[in-house]
Amino acid sequence: MTKMNMLQAINSALDTAMAANDKVLCFGEDVGVFGGVFRATSNLQQKYGKARCFNTPLVEQGIIGFANGLAAQGSVPVAEIQFADYIFPAFDQIVNESAKFRYRSGNLFNVGGLTIRTPYGGGIAGGLYHSQSPEAYFAHTPGLKIVVPRNPHQAKGLLLGAIHDPNPTLFFEPKRLYRASVGEVPDEDYRLPLGKAEVIKEGTDITLLGWGAQMEVIEHAVERAEKDGISCEVIDLRTIMPWDVETVANSVLKTGRLVISHEAPLTGGFAGEIAATIQERCFLYLESPIARVTGIDTPFPLVLEKEHLPNQLKVYEAIKASVEF
Amino acid sequence: MTTTKSKVVYSPVFTDGAEFSIPTFKLLKQDGKLYKSAKAPDLDKDKALRIYRAMVTTRILDERMLAAQRQGRLSFYMQCTGEEAAVVGSAAALDDGDMIMAQYREQGALAYRGFTIDEFMNQLFGNEMDYGKGRQMPVHYGSAKLNYMTISSPLATQIPQATGYAYGQKMAGDGQCTITYFGEGAASEGDFHAALNMAAVHRVPVIFLCRNNGYAISTPAAEQFAADGVAPRAYGYKMDVIRVDGNDILAMYQATQEARRLAVEDNRPVLIEAMSYRLAAHSSSDDPSGYRSKDEEAVWREKDPILRMRLWLESKKWWSEDEEKDLQETMRREVLETMKRAQKRPPPPLDTLVTDVYDEVPPHLAEQFEKVKAHIRKYPDEYPKSAEHAKGGA
Repeated sequence: MTKMNMLQAINSALDTAMAANDKVLCFGEDVGVFGGVFRATSNLQQKYGKARCFNTPLVEQGIIGFANGLAAQGSVPVAEIQFADYIFPAFDQIVNESAKFRYRSGNLFNVGGLTIRTPYGGGIAGGLYHSQSPEAYFAHTPGLKIVVPRNPHQAKGLLLGAIHDPNPTLFFEPKRLYRASVGEVPDEDYRLPLGKAEVIKEGTDITLLGWGAQMEVIEHAVERAEKDGISCEVIDLRTIMPWDVETVANSVLKTGRLVISHEAPLTGGFAGEIAATIQERCFLYLESPIARVTGIDTPFPLVLEKEHLPNQLKVYEAIKASVEF
Repeated sequence: MTTTKSKVVYSPVFTDGAEFSIPTFKLLKQDGKLYKSAKAPDLDKDKALRIYRAMVTTRILDERMLAAQRQGRLSFYMQCTGEEAAVVGSAAALDDGDMIMAQYREQGALAYRGFTIDEFMNQLFGNEMDYGKGRQMPVHYGSAKLNYMTISSPLATQIPQATGYAYGQKMAGDGQCTITYFGEGAASEGDFHAALNMAAVHRVPVIFLCRNNGYAISTPAAEQFAADGVAPRAYGYKMDVIRVDGNDILAMYQATQEARRLAVEDNRPVLIEAMSYRLAAHSSSDDPSGYRSKDEEAVWREKDPILRMRLWLESKKWWSEDEEKDLQETMRREVLETMKRAQKRPPPPLDTLVTDVYDEVPPHLAEQFEKVKAHIRKYPDEYPKSAEHAKGGA
């Protein structure tokens, strides 16, 4: 065990994967000698050479097209898109190619070795183009897996899980927590399962569900609510696609209430999908409407970021409203 | 850090690249004889006949399947007609272990590699023996054993993938390379630029083969780019480039052979621009009479690449009229008989609706599939292709 921040944990995961298998390659913009703008790939080029950890030209569609080809060939590419806000030039390669490679070829070919890492989310004064949470666009595409870690321990275990998963996986990293989140991380190779949510805290009155950086916000809101005597169950979804319906449904069958929170805008956000499924599964057990606490339907603001974001106070209010319904 | 080594001038000097003129490489005249100073590449009789048979097979398959589409047997078809030399000549210059990542009009390359008429038909009819499990429209072939990547409809996506695939081959050190085919229209996509630039920067063993056939559906090349074809773009990437008469089988073969040597031995990516003409419509859904003249087509019909090769083979005494007649008759019969067999084969089983989305069917999809099956069980007459398969389950 070593005390690490989330960047160090991600770096450790990449180092672990590259040491174990020389088919693992890391590349993207500024990923080489500089180690990435956030330094997630620090020292990997020095350790594994320029052929396995390298800079690419500044072309996201090229990075993912290249990565798809590498994965089809049998390599294990871990491609970095510098900010999730800049993933859209690669949308075609991800949605029409990565996601459909296995299906359209009848399993003759696949890009299961592909992992795409990208920092997402607000709270860093990044404005419109350094703050977005685009997970819902990709969740609408069968064939992709989507993973979001909440802390360093989760980040290393889930990233290693994603790299070894035989399906193309998008790994969204909560950049607000890159240095802010610190914890004990095993030095060895360990893999957390994809498609499994984690019940972080058990409770009986209401279920709180989120992922990534939003878990920290939820935990603060829960502290407040518990002082009011409300017993909260907290679940980290961890994998957005395919998501763990059973764990969430079982919790809501017990508590009868659900608040889902994410930074992305409300309309078309993944909370809507979860709410629809859970009301189907738990209709007769619900004590109040399923609540969504999310960003509002605007581009991501700058100066008024705090007003836009679903902070702990807004989550706390939603808990109260649900319990008092 | 500057990357230019340019000299300095003290007045505003613009340049339009006119000083660069890319020649066209040709060896074989339309009468099957070599140009005066041309020398035929090293091509033995067996290989020459393998190439010729693949070209003729492609032509016959295309004629017959377009007719089948017109008869309503098939939903859709695309012909390679007029471009057989560009496709087969280049594929023949490769090692059979090299990867081919094609656009969609390169069935000639697959025929050369040994894809059987039965395999073509199974894909075209999307039956239970189709490797693609009936999931894609006709002509989206793929073969793992023949190193032919399954076709994907979105244009140009295969080009940066070819760069990545070839980078993996270079890392593996297996002495193989990748060729990717695309039209001059697809070369306008951003993926083209990304692919060539990355290949040049990372010195990747990949051959970019642009089939400049004059048209992207109805849009003529003159409305696709202002430059002299696609070839000059290679200068911008510092990449080796050659322009070839795409209807000249010997020139295509030799140019690709040399390109492969540069790619594999020196890790130098190469752009080949094959100048040809799409003699057929873009697809069975297209009608060229709306955008080009019969006279224009007639000019190119005179430049038939298959006839040109046949005349060369005959001049070498490697081929005769009797052999031609026999090949034509045999292939036509095989295509017809195989088509009838393939058409009768049952569709892929119902579970192929949900397999291969992921390596395993995830729980939410398994649940959706059970609902689909329950619905089919309720209305079996409405789903004749799958009613039998829906019988199992809860």
